[in-house]
Amino acid sequence: MSVIHLTYEVSGDDFTRAGEASGLVKSKLKKLGYNKDAIRRVAIAMYEAEINMVIHADGGVVDVDIYPDKVEVVLADKGPGIPDVEKAMQEGFSTAPDNVRNLGFGAGMGLPNIKKYTDEMKIDTVLGVGTTMYITVLVKQ
Amino acid sequence: MPEYFHSVVLEEDKCCGCTNCIKRCPTEAIRVRDGKAHIITERCIDCGECIRVCPHHAKKARSDSIEDIEKFKYKIAIPAPALFGQFNNLDDIDIVLNGLLKLGFDSVYEVSRGAELVSQATRQLIRENKLRYPIISSACPAVVRLIKQRFPDLCENVMPVKAPMEISAMLAKKEAAEETGLPMEEIGAFFITPCPAKVTEINLPMDINKKSYCDGAIAISKIYPKLTSAMDKLTVIEPLANSGVIGVGWATSGGESAAMLGDRYLAADGIENVIRVLEELEDERIRNVEFVELNACTGGCVGGVLNVENPHVAQARIHTLRKYLPVSQNHLKNGVPDIMMWEHPLEYDENVLSLDKDINKAMEMMEQIEKIEASLPGLDCGSCGAPSCHAMAEDIVRGFAKETDCIFKLKEQIQQVYRDLMQVL
Repeated sequence: MSVIHLTYEVSGDDFTRAGEASGLVKSKLKKLGYNKDAIRRVAIAMYEAEINMVIHADGGVVDVDIYPDKVEVVLADKGPGIPDVEKAMQEGFSTAPDNVRNLGFGAGMGLPNIKKYTDEMKIDTVLGVGTTMYITVLVKQ
Repeated sequence: MPEYFHSVVLEEDKCCGCTNCIKRCPTEAIRVRDGKAHIITERCIDCGECIRVCPHHAKKARSDSIEDIEKFKYKIAIPAPALFGQFNNLDDIDIVLNGLLKLGFDSVYEVSRGAELVSQATRQLIRENKLRYPIISSACPAVVRLIKQRFPDLCENVMPVKAPMEISAMLAKKEAAEETGLPMEEIGAFFITPCPAKVTEINLPMDINKKSYCDGAIAISKIYPKLTSAMDKLTVIEPLANSGVIGVGWATSGGESAAMLGDRYLAADGIENVIRVLEELEDERIRNVEFVELNACTGGCVGGVLNVENPHVAQARIHTLRKYLPVSQNHLKNGVPDIMMWEHPLEYDENVLSLDKDINKAMEMMEQIEKIEASLPGLDCGSCGAPSCHAMAEDIVRGFAKETDCIFKLKEQIQQVYRDLMQVL
C-alpha cells in the first residue's frame, strides 16, 4: 500500500510558528483530494498537539504517514512528561502558565479535543524524559 | 453556458514576461510561458491583484462601457457604495446619483439599499439559528471563489444569501417594470463596479445555473471622468438617495459587520489576511465569533482595483458622508423571502487543487513532486515562469512544464553535454 511520509520539526517557544506543520499537512491532504471530514479532523488534532509541544515541551518532532484511507501522526518531544495522563485528559484541566493563557491557549481543551477528533489516540510518557503521542484519523466515506 | 469566465485578461502586447504577477497571485494562477503571462482559468478568482502589481499595465479588467446601456430601452444604474468615496468634497450622495442620470440612465438604485436588506436578513437568520457558525459573508465574490477552490470544509459556512448588488438590481428592475409597463428584457441594470470579481459574478454567477439580475458592469474608473463633469454641470439636484449609514457602510471593511449590531464579529481585509483567517477558521482556532466579514481588497470595496481613489482616502470620505444619513432606509416586511437566498449552497470545486481523482495516483504524483522539488535550486526565482520551485515541480508532474524550464537545470544539462562532448573529442 502506498504511503507518504512527512517529518517536521516543531520549534519550542515560538507561537508564531506553531501550526506550521499542521498547515503543511493540511495543504498536502487537499492536493491529494483527501476526504474533507478527515482533513478537518487531522488539521484540528494536529494543531492542538503541535501547540502542546510548544507550550510544554520546547518543541519536538512530528512524523506523519498519509495512507489512502488513514493518516497516522506521531508527535515526540523531550519535555517534562505528563504526571497524570488521566487528569490531563479531563476537559478544563491545564498546567499552562499564565503568559500562555493570556494568548488564548491553555484552556484545558487540547487533549480532550485531540481525542474527540481522532479515531485512535495513545500517549506514552515518562517523567523527565518526554512524551510521544500517537494519533490516527480514519477516512469515513 | 461556458465553464469559466474571467474579467481579468491579459493584453499580450504589453506583457514582457516578468515575474511580478506570478509572485503576487494569491492562488498561484499565473504562469509565464513563451514570454507571456497566462492565467490558469480554473484557479483565477478575479481578485485583481495582478492588475494592481503589473508595472506594464498588461493586465486589465473587462467591463462594459457607458454606450452599452443603449441596448436597453430603460436603463438603471446600480452604483456600489464605494463610488461615493471617489469624490473630493462631496457632501451629498444625491449629487452622484443625479450625475448618473445625466449620463443617460433613466433611474438609479443604490447597492446600499440592497445591502440594508441583506444586513437585516442576516440578523434574522442568525436569530432563527438557521446558519452554520461562524457565518462567513458571501458579499465578496473573490473570497467566495477562494473558499470554493481551497476550503472544502468552509463552503457550508458561507452565508447563502445573494449579494446586495443582486438584490438591488432585482428590486430596481421589478420597480421599473411596474412603473413603465416595459417587459423585463427591455430593462437594463448596470452595476457601477469597483472590482473585476463582480464583473465575473455578473457574467457567470456562482449560484449554479442562475443568471444575474445585472445586465452589465461598468468600471468606476471608466465612468469617472464623464461622471465628474456631469456632476459639475448639475443645476437641479433631485432627492434620489434612499439608503442609510448601514448600507453605505458596506463600502469599507467592517461596515457589513457593524450592521450586524452585535459584537461577536471579525472583519478582515486584504487577500493575504483573508487566507490566514480562513486557515484558522478551518482549524477551529477562531472561537466565539458569530460572523466573519472578509474582503479581498485592502480597506474593503473601496480598495477595489477599479476605483480611482486611494482606499484610505475613500474610507475617510465615506465616514464623513455617513454622518448625515439616517441609520437605515430599507426594511424587510415579512421575514426573509426565498428570492434573497441562493438556490444552491456553495459547493467545493474539488478539481482545482487535487492532483488526481484517484488517491493512489495523486499520492504517486505527490511523491514525484517532492523528489523533483528537492532537485530544484529552491530560490523561488520565478525564471521558469512558475511562482515557486514547489509550483514548478507540481507543473512538471502535471505535465505543464519540463525540468529544463528551470535555468539552473538547463545550465547543468548544458554543462553535462559539454563534458560528454569533451570526452568523445
